[in-house]
Amino acid sequence: MNTFSTFDIAGSALAAQSLRLNLTASNLANMHDVTGDPAAAYRSRHAVFRAASQPFSNTLAGVDVLGVVESTTAPTERYDPGNPQANPEGMVYAPNVNAMDEMANMISASRSYQSNLEVINTAKQLLLRTLMLGQG
Amino acid sequence: MESIFGIHEAALLYRAKRMDVLAANLANADTPNYQARDLDFSSALDGAFAAATQLKATDPRHIALEPMAHGDALKYRVPHQPSLDGNTVETDLESARYAENAVSYQASLLFAGNRISALRTALTGGR
Repeated sequence: MNTFSTFDIAGSALAAQSLRLNLTASNLANMHDVTGDPAAAYRSRHAVFRAASQPFSNTLAGVDVLGVVESTTAPTERYDPGNPQANPEGMVYAPNVNAMDEMANMISASRSYQSNLEVINTAKQLLLRTLMLGQG
Repeated sequence: MESIFGIHEAALLYRAKRMDVLAANLANADTPNYQARDLDFSSALDGAFAAATQLKATDPRHIALEPMAHGDALKYRVPHQPSLDGNTVETDLESARYAENAVSYQASLLFAGNRISALRTALTGGR
């Protein structure tokens, strides 16, 4: 058993949750980008998590980020002929970012980040006390 | 000879391992299909007793005895409210258990430390 595995486990979760927060920030920042080409419109991005340990195994591990996927929902089409980005038909395409989804995701990610940070802090205190064993 | 720490050594190891298990649960709170796990205290206690009361082979002609098999202490949690993505981690409960485990770890640490001070008192005659 590795003494510092708690730090590895909670650390992997911190990295995963901060990636999720970054993706939320990116989605919200690009929410109002418009373009005349539906294929070039920004699509909302989300992280896919997977447990780093094999199912039914006795090994313990943190969380792996399998990858970042782009949402396949079609971009929002809007008639806006005055927009310099509009195509010859006067249409612009806005990203398929849903602000409500993003806010909910942000809250969930920040709460998870907090709880994993708490895990690291507690584990650190316990190990420091273990180092002091027999000195009191 | 019994180790100076007695059962507290096994207790500390159990608490440290449980800390990892609960940390893994909390780390995977947002992982789809992750099954929360926990260590079963009574299985771990049985294991510690089995290890302590193991028969010793003092002669080469003795039949080697395998330590008594005891149930695997790592069990899957039955969730109160399973979520749609198949994840069975309940973050609030897991953090409460993590805190409880941390306090128990400190208690075991204190007991082990007291053994050391008792030995020191015996060695120095209380001076």
